[in-house]
Parts: sequence; C-alpha cells; structure tokens
Amino acid sequence: MVKTKWLALLLVRFLAFAATLSAAIVMATSHQNASVFAVSFEAKYSQTPAFKYFVIANAIVSVYGFLVLFLPSKSLLWRLVVAFDLVFTLLLSSSISAALAIAYVGKKGNSYAGWLPICGQVPKYCDQVKGALVAGFIGVIIYMVLLLHSIHTVLDPLLLKKP
Amino acid sequence: MALDINGEKSEVGSAVVKPKDWTLFMLRLSSLLATAAATIVMALNNQTKTLVVATVGSTPITATLTAKFQHNPAFVFFVIANGMASLHNLLMIALDFFRHKFNDKGLFLVMIPILDMLNVALASAGDGAAAFMAELGKNGNSHARWNKICDKFGTYCDHGGGALIASFIGLGLLLVVSVLSIIKLLANQKPTNYHVTLP
Repeated sequence: MVKTKWLALLLVRFLAFAATLSAAIVMATSHQNASVFAVSFEAKYSQTPAFKYFVIANAIVSVYGFLVLFLPSKSLLWRLVVAFDLVFTLLLSSSISAALAIAYVGKKGNSYAGWLPICGQVPKYCDQVKGALVAGFIGVIIYMVLLLHSIHTVLDPLLLKKP
Repeated sequence: MALDINGEKSEVGSAVVKPKDWTLFMLRLSSLLATAAATIVMALNNQTKTLVVATVGSTPITATLTAKFQHNPAFVFFVIANGMASLHNLLMIALDFFRHKFNDKGLFLVMIPILDMLNVALASAGDGAAAFMAELGKNGNSHARWNKICDKFGTYCDHGGGALIASFIGLGLLLVVSVLSIIKLLANQKPTNYHVTLP
C-alpha cells in the first residue's frame, strides 16, 4: 500500500518532468523561413523575449524535476521540496502566461496598435509554438497538483497522521 | 477575559479583537495597498492623441487615436488578477479581525495558506503577461514588423509601467505572506511531529 502510493507519486513527478522538458525542447526547435514579396524573413523563438523566458523557465524546472525523482522516500529534504515546488510553480505560471499573451498577438494581431498577425506567413512555426504552449500548460497544472500534494503529505496540516 | 490557544487574552463579547500576529497583518496591508494601486492605475489608463494625417489644400485632416487598457487582453487579465489579489488580501485582513468567531482547526486552518498560494500564482501570471506585453509596446519587434507605441503614447506607457512596478511589489509581499502562513501551519502542529515520512 505504501509502495503503491510512492510509485504513483513518482509517476506523476515523471509526467511533470516530461511535460516541462518537451515544452522547452519543442519551443527551442521552432523555426521557419518564409519569403513575402521577395523579402525573406525568419521566425525563431529567440526573437521574442517572452518565448526565451518560457524556454529558460521550463528548462530550469525540468532539471529540478529530474533531481527530485531521485530523492529517497524518508529524507528530511522533503520540506525543502515544498518550498521549491511553490517557487517553481509560480515561475512556470508566469512564463506560460507571458508566452500565451505574445502568442495571442501573433495569431490574432492587435488592430489598435497596428500589429498584424504573423501566423498566416509562418504556419509551421505557429503550430510548433502552439504545441509547446500546450505542453507547458499541462506542466503547470501538474505542478500545481504536486504542490498541494507535497503540502498535504509533508506538512500534514489536517493532522491526519498519528505521531 | 478568556485565554485562547496562544495564551493571549481576548475579550469575550466584543465584535472585533486585535490581530494576533502584527507582522503578517502589516505585510497583508502593504500588499493590499500595492495590488489595489496597481489595479486602479491600470484600469484608468487611457490616452487620446490627435495626429495630423494629411493636408488637403490648407485644412489639415486629423485622426484621433486612443490607447486604452482594454485594447490589450494581457492588460485586462492584469487588472482582473490584481483585483482578485487585492480582494483576497482584504478578505484575509477582515478574517484576522473576526477570528474568534471561527474555530481554528481542521479545514479552515489550511484554507488560508492554500488561498494565499492560489492568489500568488494568479498575480504572478498576470504580472508576467503584462510585463512582456509592455516590453513589446516599448521596443516593438522588428522581425514581426510590430512597431513600438511608446514613442507616440508616452503617458500611457508611463502609467502602465507604474502599475507594473506596484504589482511586482505587491506580488513579492504576497509571496512572503504565503511563506509565513505555511510556516504558521507547522507551528500549530504537535512538537513531536519532527520525523517526516511519506505514506
């Protein structure tokens, strides 16, 4: 019974690690060249600071997720894991929100500011960014659930465990 | 005069008691002021400018352009997120004053840190989106042919920047409050619970 719960937790943490890693990799490899009226331009993730922030945040959280997978079950470091879970969930939510905002402008444009949508010219780039955002969103949700779970098990605020 | 759990005296029968923890109360109050300021400044962000587009004969044709916060979905989300964070702070401060009417155990005690964390996540998302949108408005993006708008609408950009700074200060304070309320959870447990095991 104890072993099953421990394995389930490990599986959820592995899923979170996989989600953030794939979000970082898919966003980092998004790239497309297009030529409009004999002017060729290139769409890459590094041209937008929000997408760079997204890649860096997801990379940091993937490294953290990988290291936490190897933490032994009865170590005292689980309290530190609660603190780190909180910080990294905030980082992930801020990065996904920023990337979503910029991607929305890229897809729909902003007529008031005179910003035209670019997804018509570089559809493959747009699709890859969309995939990365979906993976990042899954990562955020799993991390929020993991944060609540860590607080419940490590800190035991409802005093459910007998001492 | 009755003694409650922490040994502090509270008056039985009075409507309002003094808050037990002054640090947390002052932090929540400052965070409330910061997030409320951010919400209000961004919500009233509005600038109208009349530009001369062309000249026909001797009469100039003018076009009126407005920059409002509603034009940008990221700023709308920013206003909503900071509004909810300030409402949460207000609720928590009010809860501090009426604490003796609720019992301090079980689910009620754990809802406060959980709500704190949810609001920190919401406020951080709002800040992130608005910060990058403001950076786009200030520097433009030459690769996507998106022009900057801050050279034409300087006051709009300044007000937006001020709201962002206030919101980041409020977010930092709210993060400290969240950490402190989680630590308070630990302090309320029995002291023999040092050995941490997972189920």
